[in-house]
Amino acid sequence: MIKVTELTKRYRDTVAVRELSFEVPAGVVTGFLGPNGSGKSTTMRMIMGLDRPDHGSITINGRSYHDLAHPLREVGALLEAKAIHPGRSAYHHLQYLAETNGIARRRIDEVLDMVGLAEVARRRVGKFSLGMGQRLGIASALLGDPGVLLFDEPVNGLDPEGILWVRNLLKGLAAEGRSVFVSSHLMSEMALTADRLVVIGRGALISEGSVDDFIADTTGSYVRVRGPRLDEIARALESNGASIEPDGDDALAVSGLDIVEIGEIAGERRLVLHELSPQAASLEEAFMSLTHDSVEYHGHATDVVVATGK
Amino acid sequence: MTTVALPPVHTSSAAAGRSRLWRSEWTKLRTVRSTWWTLFAMAVVTLGVAAIAGATVSHNWHTFNVAQRATFDPTGITLKGLLFSQLIIGVLGVLVMSAEYGTGTIRSTLAATPRRARVLAAKAVIVGTLSLVVGEALSFSAFLLGQGLLRSPAPHALLSQPGVTRAVLGGGVVIALLGLFALGLAAIVRHSAGAITTYVGVLLVVPIILQTLPSSFSQPILKFMPFHISDVMTSVVTAGQGSSLSPWAGAGVLGLYALAALGVGGYLLVRRDA
Repeated sequence: MIKVTELTKRYRDTVAVRELSFEVPAGVVTGFLGPNGSGKSTTMRMIMGLDRPDHGSITINGRSYHDLAHPLREVGALLEAKAIHPGRSAYHHLQYLAETNGIARRRIDEVLDMVGLAEVARRRVGKFSLGMGQRLGIASALLGDPGVLLFDEPVNGLDPEGILWVRNLLKGLAAEGRSVFVSSHLMSEMALTADRLVVIGRGALISEGSVDDFIADTTGSYVRVRGPRLDEIARALESNGASIEPDGDDALAVSGLDIVEIGEIAGERRLVLHELSPQAASLEEAFMSLTHDSVEYHGHATDVVVATGK
Repeated sequence: MTTVALPPVHTSSAAAGRSRLWRSEWTKLRTVRSTWWTLFAMAVVTLGVAAIAGATVSHNWHTFNVAQRATFDPTGITLKGLLFSQLIIGVLGVLVMSAEYGTGTIRSTLAATPRRARVLAAKAVIVGTLSLVVGEALSFSAFLLGQGLLRSPAPHALLSQPGVTRAVLGGGVVIALLGLFALGLAAIVRHSAGAITTYVGVLLVVPIILQTLPSSFSQPILKFMPFHISDVMTSVVTAGQGSSLSPWAGAGVLGLYALAALGVGGYLLVRRDA
C-alpha cells in the first residue's frame, strides 16, 4: 500500500501539490481524479522517487522508495506512454529493466504474452502504434510482479477494445490483492473501474473515499416529489425536517428524508403523490461541482497557480 | 501484503547489484544501432586517415626538405585519424545519457535504480570500457596499417622504439577519457544537441578562438586543450616542447576533464527532478 502524508511540491513560484495526504490500500482500484494540471502526474512522479517533494513523505509498504532494494519488484508504474527508445525492441527494453532488478529472463516473455505483444517483441518500438506503446508500458509495470501498481492515464490513446482490456486488467490486479492506483481526468472511466477515489484540484485534496460515498456526499442526492397539492406536501415535509427546493414548475427537490419517510408522511396526511424518485447524481456531476467549488475557494489564495501538467 | 498469483521473480544477492547494473547498461548500449554506427564511423576515419597518411608520405617523401625529414614522426602521422574519432566518441558518450532524456526512458531507469549515482557510475564503466577497448584496437590497427604502407626511403616506426608503444596506447586512452567527458557533459546538459555542441565547442571551437588571441595569452591555455593534449599523447616527436604538457601530465588533465564532468553531472543527477 501507498501512504502519502502532507505532500507539498513547488516549482519556483507555483505550488503544484499542497499538503496532500491519502492512502492507496491493497486489494482495490483507487482512482486518482482531477482536472488537467491539478498535480496528478507530479504526485505520481514523487511516489516513484523521480521528483523530490519540498515537504511531506511517501511510503510504499512502509518504506521510502529510495530504500527499496529492488523497486521494480515492489512498485510498477506506467507514467508516460511511449517513454521508450524508438530504436530498441520491446524485448530489449524489458531486458535492461529486468537486469537492473535481477528479474529472470522468462518473466519478460510472460509479461509480453500477458499484454499481447509476444508476436512483435523483436520489432523496434518506433514502429509501434500508441496502443502498442501503452501495452509495452503496462508490461514494464508488471515486469517485477509488484504488489503496488501506478498507472497514469492508462487508457489514453487506446481503442474501445484496449480500454476494456485495461479496465479488466486493473480490476484483476486489484482482485489478486495488489494496490492499484490509476489516474484519469475521465470521470466516466473511473466510475467503471475504481472502487475508491482520491480527488484533487489545484494540487490539494478535495475528497477521499469510496466511489458511492463520493457521489452521495458531494452532490446532495435528493428525492424528486410530484403531486397535485405541492404546497401542502412541502409544508408537511418541512415540518418533518426536510429541506425543500423547487425542481422545475411542478416538482420538489427534497433532501433530508428518504423515499420511505416521504411516502409515509404523505400517506398519513392522505396527500396524493404522482412521483417519488431518488435522484443520484453522476460521478461526472459530483466531480464538476467539487472541483468548481475548489477553484472558487482557492481562487483567492494568491500563492496558488495551476501547475502545468505533463 | 499482497497475494500474488504470478510466478515469483528470480532473486539474487545484493552483492550482485553492481554487475547487474553494468549488464543492464551494456544491454542498453548494444541494443541501439547508433552505438554500432558511431563505432563503425570511428573505424572508417581512423584507419582511412592512417592509410592515406602512409601512402601519401611514401609517395611524397622525395619532396620533403631536411627539416621536415628530421621532425617526421611516422607514429604520430598514422594516428591523426584519432582526432576525428575523438569527436565521434563524444557523440556516443553523450547519447548514452541524453537519449534517456530525449526518449523519456530516464524515468524507467531511475525508478528501477533510485540510487542515481550508481546509474551514472555504471554508465561510466560501460562507456569507459567500450571506448578504451575500441580506442586501443583502432589505435593499434591504424599504427600497424600506416607503418605497413610507409615505404622506404620514408622511415617507419616499430613498437619497440622509444615512445612508440606509449603513443599508440595513448591513442586509446584519449578516446576513453573523452568518451567519459562527453558522458559527464550529457548528465549536466541533458539534451543531445546541447551536449554535443558543448563537447565540440570545448574540443574545436575554444582552441580556434584562442588562436585568434595574442599568443602570450593563449599559449598557456592552449596546452590544456583536449586536442592539443591528444596530439602530444599520440606523438613520439613533439615540436615546441615548452608549450606542451608531457604525455603523462596530458593524460592526467584529460582524466580531470572526465572526472569533473562526471562529478558535476552525478551531483546534478542526484539533486534534480528527473
